[in-house]
Formats: sequence, structure tokens, C-alpha cells
Amino acid sequence: MNFISTRLIWLVVLAGLFVLPFFLPNFRVFQVNLMIVYAIAVLGLNILTGYAGQISLGHGAFYAIGAYVAAALMEHAGFSAYTTLPVAAVVCFGAGVLMGFPALRLGGHYLALATFALALAVPQLLKHKAIAHYTGGVQGIVLSKPEAPFEFRFLGIALSEDRWLYFVTLAVALPLFWFASNLVKGRMGRAIIAIRDQPIAAGALGVNLSWVKTLTFGLSAAYTGIAGALGAVVIAFVAPDSFHSFVSISLLVGVVVGGLGTIWGALFGAAFIQFVPNIADEISKSAPWAVYGAILIALIYVAPGGVMGALKKLNPGDAK
Amino acid sequence: MDSFLLQIFSGLANGSIYAALGLALVMIYQSTHHINFAQGEMATFATFIAWTLIEHGVPYWLSFFMTVGIAFVGGLLIQRIFIKPVERAPVLNNVIVFVGLLVIFNAMSGWIFGQTVKAFNSPFPTASLVLPQYISGHQLGSLGVTLGVLLVVFLFFKYTPIGLAMRAAAQNPDSASLVGIPVSWMLALGWGLASTIGAVAGIMMAPVVFLDPNMMGGILLYGFAAALLGGIDNPWGAVVGGFIVGVLENILGAYVIGTELKLSVALVLIVGTLTLMPNGLFGRKVVTRV
Repeated sequence: MNFISTRLIWLVVLAGLFVLPFFLPNFRVFQVNLMIVYAIAVLGLNILTGYAGQISLGHGAFYAIGAYVAAALMEHAGFSAYTTLPVAAVVCFGAGVLMGFPALRLGGHYLALATFALALAVPQLLKHKAIAHYTGGVQGIVLSKPEAPFEFRFLGIALSEDRWLYFVTLAVALPLFWFASNLVKGRMGRAIIAIRDQPIAAGALGVNLSWVKTLTFGLSAAYTGIAGALGAVVIAFVAPDSFHSFVSISLLVGVVVGGLGTIWGALFGAAFIQFVPNIADEISKSAPWAVYGAILIALIYVAPGGVMGALKKLNPGDAK
Repeated sequence: MDSFLLQIFSGLANGSIYAALGLALVMIYQSTHHINFAQGEMATFATFIAWTLIEHGVPYWLSFFMTVGIAFVGGLLIQRIFIKPVERAPVLNNVIVFVGLLVIFNAMSGWIFGQTVKAFNSPFPTASLVLPQYISGHQLGSLGVTLGVLLVVFLFFKYTPIGLAMRAAAQNPDSASLVGIPVSWMLALGWGLASTIGAVAGIMMAPVVFLDPNMMGGILLYGFAAALLGGIDNPWGAVVGGFIVGVLENILGAYVIGTELKLSVALVLIVGTLTLMPNGLFGRKVVTRV
């Protein structure tokens, strides 16, 4: 009975996801696409910060690297938007492992600090004239959105570029969420959590601390890199100034809002960082960040578990 | 040779400001073992207050000391209101509160005072009294002010009863509270002092880089690098580290890599120091008990 009802819920959810873009205007679809992209990035950061307990204020850097890898490959090497994703993932995995090595020695504040330096330095590096030929310098790179490969109409509404990209981002995000949720439940996930809670005990029980930590860092960076590449495709534009160090901070905001150490919390976090600034923007240009900051601090005081923590409290029977 | 000396002197002048920020970071670190990410943003906000006072016709030095007072009270209040509730919480919660403060202060600076870049006048004559060919009046002046601040801080910790109580509270909170030191208030005092030093650094930096809400972002990073290079638990290390970072930044910027990659220098310094010699040049080795 339980099995059937779960299946039914999944079917309804999938059907809802399928028809959603045809009920929204094009611009809203674009926003939803970005939300899905942020959800992947937030999930990546949550694996590192929520599960492994390593604080990163520099994931905006991996997001930027992913975006630039995608943009440069499409612009200069003739890659299609879809084939850039695995490349971005591999490059960011490598960058993450590189950053993961110094991270082995650093804990808590030091790691946050070192990664924050990364977040501040990357926009500058992207502007540098030595690589300006590939990165487009300060102007960045303008891309074109991939078109839907086939004609399709639903309820009389055509499958526009943004609607097609909605299905693309969804098709990328779903397996990534599925993989992450299986990862944290499995052997690797238990090792990651053990290192967060009791590093010394975990080491004594045979968990290879440096290996697991570095791998987690790489994996987390790869998730964020894929998100960056997808983000570049969705927005069809990359420029150094769109990867301001505040990108890293909003990803962290997303993690905290969604709930540290949760998988599906990333959706709530992403919705928050995508839609709340738009609302706050109407008050003042500077207001979104003040609102971010206030909510961030308020959440730590009243609901350290974020949205998922609050949901769990409301529904304690649901062991998830 | 002349231009080389010029770079060294202006490096020392900038370095004194990094040293002051580094010192502020070390003070908070020593008393709480936390790194305040909002330090730079708080300093920027204080600088904006000074700017507003000067714009309204308050004499420079009066507004300087008023701002310093406001920064002290502000730092104290922030510790009482925002930091105290998470004093015993995990590191992550602390970092998030600091990041929240950073964002709030940055947004408030832009919101209240506007995003436009503002010129901030220097109180010092343009020509320096000594070695005018190598150092400008403002550089010499800010060097003097920051060295003065460092001296006051040193004397305060070394010779006053409150300074002694603060050191005791930082080193051994339990024993300190047993002999009647209000440990939690000593932490608040440390925040106040750090915020004051940050404000001085901000006011001294503003004439060099111009005043806007993101003024201290890169400078804070240099302050971090200075504190780490000197060893984050050693105030004198932070000062020496600040001068080293200032000179290094200027010489590398002028001769090796150009000015566009200055922040990357800070990144390399931070990661390099943490990886190769995590205790810095003068820090103590940290031994953790299992």
C-alpha cells in the first residue's frame, strides 16, 4: 500500500514537472531554470559543508570556472551546450581536489578564510589579459541558447528555447540529486558524516581521512561546476563581474535556508536565493543583501535546521 | 633604485594599515578563537560615518575621535547582541553569523550612503616632512597613526588592569571567571577594541583607495594574510606580517605580476602560509588534546 502510494506521488510529481513550463510565461520559465541550476550548486556545497562539515565560502569560484569552461568551449572549440557539462564537471573536480589538498590541513575558520580568498581572487583572474582571448576579458562571452531539437506543442504553447532548457536542466538535475541522495546513504556517505562528527574516531575505525575529504571536496566542486556550466547555457552570457564573491555567499545562504546536511533542502534554498532578491529588490537596490544577512542570522538563532529541519519537526513520523 | 625605494616606502605605508587590520583580527581570534569575516565591512561602515561627519562640517580630528568612539560602542553592542547567543555554538554557526554581518554591513553602507565612489580627504599635508622624494604626507601620517594605535594597544594590554583581565579571560576563561573577571564582558570589550582599530584602518585607507561600500574587501584579505603570516595568535606577528605583506604586494605589483592580480597574491599567501607553515612566522604550535 505504502509502496503504491509513494509511486503514485512520484508519478504526479513527474507529470506536474512536465506540464509546469507550459503554464508559465517564458520569463518565469527562465527563472525556474536558474532555480534548478542553483539547486544543483547548493546541493554540491551542502555535500561539503552540511555532510562533511567543511565550510567553503569559495564555491562561487567553482561555479565561475564551470561557467567559463562551458562558455569557452562553446565559443572557441565548437562544443555543443550539452557536451560541455561533463568537461566542466571534470575540470571542477580537478580544481576542487587541488583546493581540497590545502583544505586537509585547515579546519573551520581557516578553511572558510582560504576559500573566501579564492572567491575574491577568481573574478580578477578571469579578467587577466593573459587568458582574455579565451575569456573575453571584462566584456565576457555572449552565447546563444540551444534550440529545441524538435517541434512540440502542448496546450497550444510551443517549446521555446527556455522551455527546452527547462527540460535539459531537469534532466541534469534529477540524476544528480538521485546520485547525491544515494551517496550520503551509502558507505561513502557514512564515512563523510563520521569525519564531520568524530574525525579521530573515524580515522581509528579505518576511514581514510585525507582520501575521503579530498574526494568530497572534488565531488562538491564538480556539482557546483556542472551548475555553473548549466547556468552559463541558461543565461547565455558569462562575465567576470557576475561571479562576484557574493555568489559564494548566496550559495551558503541557500544551504542554510534549505537545511544543512539535507538533500532536498537544496530546492528550498535555491528557490530562496532565486526569488527572494527579486522581491526585496523592489524595496531598494541594496536591500536584497540586507535581507539575506538578516535571514541568515535569524535562521541560525531560531531554526538552525533550515526549511527541512522545520518540516521534520512538523512531521516527526516521516523518517527521511 | 629610487623607484624601488619608493615602492618599499609606499609598501610600508599600506603595510601599516594591513598590520592594524591584522591586529584587530588577532585580538578577536585570541579572545574567542573566531575569525571575524565582517571586520572589513564594519571598518568601511565606520569610515562612512567619519565621512558623513566631515561632510557636515565637523573638524577632521573631532570626527576621527567621534567615529572611533562610535566604532567602539558599535563593536561592543554587536558582540552583545549577535555573537553572544552563538558563543558556544559550532564553528559553522559562528561563520554563518559573521558572513551574515558582513552582508548586512555591506548592504547598509550602500543603502544609507550610496554606491558612488567618494573622495576622502587626508588631514596630512601633501608633502612629507622627511624623505619627501620617497613618501607622501598621507603615507607618513597614516604610518604614524597606525604605529601610535599599535603602541596604545600594547601599553593597554601590558600595563592596565583591564588589559590584564582581558588577557586572563582569553587564556583561561574558567580560572579567570573564578577570580571574578566578567569573561563574557571582556570578550565584548575585545570586540569593541577590534572594531575601533578597524575603524582607524578604514579612515587611513580611504584617502588612498577612495570610499565605497566594497572598499575593504581586498584590504581585509591582506589583513588576514598579515595575521596568518605572523601567526594568528601573536599580535606582534600580525604587525610584522602586515609590513611584509604591504611591501611584498607593492614590489610584486610593480615588477613581477602587475596590479591586476593583487588579490591573487593574497590568495597565494594565505593558502601558502596555511599549507607550508600553518603557525606562521611567529605563532605558537597548536597542540590539540584528544
